[in-house]
Amino acid sequence: MTSNGIARLDRAKDGRLVAGVCAGLAGHLGLEPLAVRLAFVALLAAGPYGYAAYIAFWLLLPERDEPKGRRDLLQLVVYALLAAGLSVVTGVSGVAQLALWPALVIGVGAALLWQQTDRRQRERWSTLTRGMWWRGLLGMLLVVSGIGGFFVQKVSPQQIPQVLLATAIILTGVTVILTPWLVKLWQELDAERAERVRSQERAEVAAHIHDSVLHTLTLIQRRAHDPKEVARLARSQERELRAWLYQPKSDSSQLFAAAVKEVSAEVEDTHGVPVEVVCVGDCPLDERVSAMVQAAREALVNAAKYSEAPAISVYAEVTQEGLEVFVRDRGKGFDLDGIPADRMGVRGSIIGRMERHGGTARVRSAPGEGTEIRLELKK
Amino acid sequence: MTRVVLVDDHQMFRTGVKAELGPQIEVVGEAADVDEAVAVIGETRPEVVLLDVHLPGGGGVEVLRRVLPSPTRFLALSVSDAAEDVIGVVRGGARGYVTKTISGPELTDAIGRVAEGDAVFSPRLAGFVLDAFSATAAPVADPELDQLTAREREVLRLIARGYAYKEIAKELFISVKTVETHVSSVLRKLQLSNRHELSRWAAARRLV
Repeated sequence: MTSNGIARLDRAKDGRLVAGVCAGLAGHLGLEPLAVRLAFVALLAAGPYGYAAYIAFWLLLPERDEPKGRRDLLQLVVYALLAAGLSVVTGVSGVAQLALWPALVIGVGAALLWQQTDRRQRERWSTLTRGMWWRGLLGMLLVVSGIGGFFVQKVSPQQIPQVLLATAIILTGVTVILTPWLVKLWQELDAERAERVRSQERAEVAAHIHDSVLHTLTLIQRRAHDPKEVARLARSQERELRAWLYQPKSDSSQLFAAAVKEVSAEVEDTHGVPVEVVCVGDCPLDERVSAMVQAAREALVNAAKYSEAPAISVYAEVTQEGLEVFVRDRGKGFDLDGIPADRMGVRGSIIGRMERHGGTARVRSAPGEGTEIRLELKK
Repeated sequence: MTRVVLVDDHQMFRTGVKAELGPQIEVVGEAADVDEAVAVIGETRPEVVLLDVHLPGGGGVEVLRRVLPSPTRFLALSVSDAAEDVIGVVRGGARGYVTKTISGPELTDAIGRVAEGDAVFSPRLAGFVLDAFSATAAPVADPELDQLTAREREVLRLIARGYAYKEIAKELFISVKTVETHVSSVLRKLQLSNRHELSRWAAARRLV
């Protein structure tokens, strides 16, 4: 007995008479062994296929895991006599020789099918699809009446149409029985495959969370006394997680937008100022575009170092005419003319670099109003 | 006083938002999933719903589908940066979209704007919209809906650059009201246009 009360199909070792087939079937189907045994006796009496079915079960079913019991020899003798007696009767009357092969094939096929589908699946069939049992019954009826056709008719050339009809009925019956099962089987395989993919995904997520998020949380606990460092760690972890969750894998060595995001992340990490990046459009990196990204990086570093702004906005756009990058802060601003000529930052690294590559850089700033640096590169 | 319902599956986040909202906002209800949200909105009839994009029971989009049409206005709030989430919830009927990193005063301001029937675009949403409407080979079926005017584009670009409405108005020598009109018009196009890119995003989330 299994936990949910339905015994698996196997051969009994305790309470068996020959090989435990009937006792096993009875346990599985929830019937009295007597009923199953009588049915088998009838089958044996009806012809050799009864023996074939018994042997097939004997070979296919696993032995139940239980201690061997003693055989009730008296019962065995009674059943044997009953089978022998009935066999004589049917043998004399000559019933059923024709039906041997179809019945054998159908019986073994059904047994195999039953054996190979696992128990839980069979339960699902029986609980989910009660309607299917009616189909099954109908199919059985068709099969039986088909076999009946063999029984009744002795086949002669004139009767070929009837034989064909009987065969067709049998085939239809088998189809009716098996089709829903096969469809179900297929659907369940499909569901199982989807489940496997999902569990793989879950494993990947778990691995990632472990490697990155948990690690950062540990670091944050250790640095709890340093709010700036905690904010930096949290922000950097957030960015990494976002990139992993929402952005297609991109290679920053190849594309403009990814490169802009990368330098922004770098500045954010180094200087601890949040940088909001919005990119529209994209294009491949070449020497000029890379120079522009470097100029943008310089603008970001300046903003992070000197503006005292709580956050920096970066907007990068690629259009058919060219590329534009805006780096904006709401910090203290400065007077461009007031910057000494020897300060390389703005003049050399930003304006000079853009001009060398055929672009322009414009700085808009006023004390107290923040700064916006606009970089432009025509295509 | 603007009456607001908070819909978010994280209790901690709802508490945080409530603490940060200005005195001109009254939180009249909270909900943690789709069914609860629909019930609470039906009971309290708030002016504005702060709606999380990712919710158990079908997400913010499902709440919009079940509640709209209604006089209640929705402002979407999310940690997600995924374009389909953002565009999806706006096409579902939200009057705007902001990220959860938004500061308390900014959020209060955004709620007030949505309550008055205006649209609220974060820089990121502006970026997505520009991307989606950018000139591509996609055929334009309805120029009225499928294209942005030069002015709308300018306004969106300024939003993407981190400008506030007031700063945009100053920059373009127009009134704040005109900026709001442009943004509302973009919102309408975003919700009604059948542009290929929008349909693709929407279809990815099975919205249309």
